[in-house]
Amino acid sequence: MKSDGEVRFERAAWSRSLEWLAAWLLGLLWILPLAYAVWTAFHPSEFSTRFELGAPLTLRNFVAAWEAAPFARYFLNTFILVTMVLAAQMVLGTLAAYAFARFEFRGRDLVFMLVLLQLMVMPDVLIVENYATMNRLGLRDTILAIGLPYFASAFGIFLLRQTFKTVPRELDEAARVEGAGPLQVLLRVYVPLARPVYLAYALVSVSHHWNNFLWPLIITSSVETRPLTVGLQVFSSTDQGVDWSIITAATLMTSAPLLIGFLLFQRQFVQSFMRAGIR
Amino acid sequence: MTDSGVPAHAQQPDGRAAAGLASGGTHPGAPLSGAAPPAAPAAQPVRAGASGQVIGWLLLLPAMVLLVMFTHWPALATAWHSLFSTPKGARPARFVGLENYQLMLEDDVFWQALWNNLWFALGTIPTSIAIALAMALWVNGRLAGRGFLRMAYFTPTVLPMIAVANIWLFFYTPQYGLLEQITGALGFPSHNWLGDRGTVLGATMVVAIWKEAGFFMIFYLAALQQISPTLAEAAALEGASRWQYFRRVLFPLLMPTTLFVLINALINSVRMVDHIFVMTRGGPDNASALLLYYIYQVGFSFWDSAYAAALTVVVLAILGVTAFVKFRVLDRRTHYQ
Repeated sequence: MKSDGEVRFERAAWSRSLEWLAAWLLGLLWILPLAYAVWTAFHPSEFSTRFELGAPLTLRNFVAAWEAAPFARYFLNTFILVTMVLAAQMVLGTLAAYAFARFEFRGRDLVFMLVLLQLMVMPDVLIVENYATMNRLGLRDTILAIGLPYFASAFGIFLLRQTFKTVPRELDEAARVEGAGPLQVLLRVYVPLARPVYLAYALVSVSHHWNNFLWPLIITSSVETRPLTVGLQVFSSTDQGVDWSIITAATLMTSAPLLIGFLLFQRQFVQSFMRAGIR
Repeated sequence: MTDSGVPAHAQQPDGRAAAGLASGGTHPGAPLSGAAPPAAPAAQPVRAGASGQVIGWLLLLPAMVLLVMFTHWPALATAWHSLFSTPKGARPARFVGLENYQLMLEDDVFWQALWNNLWFALGTIPTSIAIALAMALWVNGRLAGRGFLRMAYFTPTVLPMIAVANIWLFFYTPQYGLLEQITGALGFPSHNWLGDRGTVLGATMVVAIWKEAGFFMIFYLAALQQISPTLAEAAALEGASRWQYFRRVLFPLLMPTTLFVLINALINSVRMVDHIFVMTRGGPDNASALLLYYIYQVGFSFWDSAYAAALTVVVLAILGVTAFVKFRVLDRRTHYQ
């Protein structure tokens, strides 16, 4: 990352400080909307646009938001959703990636291209037809229906396949000599070695499905199934003159677990997204 | 196919997934790859033969069933259903040929949404990529406080778009919003950014750029960490300025990353519509309607599923062209081995 060579460039010190200024200006600009939201959410509504240092802090906006809509249920729904999607993606992705990485079968390359196609044509844009499918399956307005189209993830399969391919075949063969079957080899050799990739993938997947909106909006129609994003939208779009401070509090509340997780595990988050390099 | 002996590092010419994989230093493949035999001459597949065939397909089956069910089949079914009328009540769907497409050609809202989407893409993609590159260079360098900066740049990426849009909606609110307060203090007249046909699309673009730049930064950051510092040293010895080093060395080296980010950005410009729901609902007067949002409206507000299918085919065509460019043109030398 840093090098002696770069030090020699420092004769242009002024341009560096100019850059430093630009970097910080951009950083402050980028954090500004969030800082603004935090200010509004933690102060009484009369201070929502008045910035005074002595303004009293309050948690009442959060309490009001929590009581105004069934957020506890929305949290539970989202939690079930992301857990279910992640578990399914892990299992299906691991099996498929193992097949692509270590087995010879007819049509493998063609099938792999078909899988990669999903990187471009995501279920996100196939809402009309997938809605019809869910209707036929009788799954409309269920949490399962929100997650089902995402269970098989081309991204996950691709990522794990790339990882499995770096596993030395000696380890694979050694396990087989000891009499392990294909699934045992997978569980004993491949999965443990890919642990950092699983973690990276989990962070990306959870944040993606925590944030997903359009498909859940379409396929759910009741409090019992709505995830947080849809719940927040329903809550904030009721034109009953809901206080901005309360909406902002609800907004922060729904993002809080991700935000706190991100701030606590910043390094892992950034590295995960880097590791997960391709989508 | 028979790549059993290829060492791990030889699989990383694309500088993306594989580059990211190796960047952490904690990746298991990195230390282990040295143990792999360097290109065994008679590379035999681990499991070939009849059992390999069967087991391979069995492992693949669950994922493939779901993938076909919710990606490939709906894509084809959409095209097929776009040739039929929407079933209404007792009237079943009947074959109408290209009527839905004819309707589309005469549909002003469709053209408006298409143009909006084009402007949205043109307005957000180059800007967010340029900002992402600058961010990555700064965060990768030795700036004071780069920990904070990295967090500040990346945070919008983690947040739900729907939540972010709420914050920005308030930001843009006439009279009360922060933006009005700033422009007001500077003596500018009040302006309803989201209520004006001329500014609404631009206002939503700002949100998209703000949300995406930090995400793209990550890819550049991963690529920058792969570039050997000796290059900078060599450039310095040659007397190259920092700008020259960036222009002649770094930027060309980052080209694969730029192309990759570009493809991602293109896909996102079609897919990203969540903020429209919160901020504008496509208005005023469809000035901020994007294609996918219009599909939603047609399909789930007007319940005209046949026409929505025809509109989806347009989106699929756009994505198809993108995919073709990616696989055929960009990946010519990057085989997924």
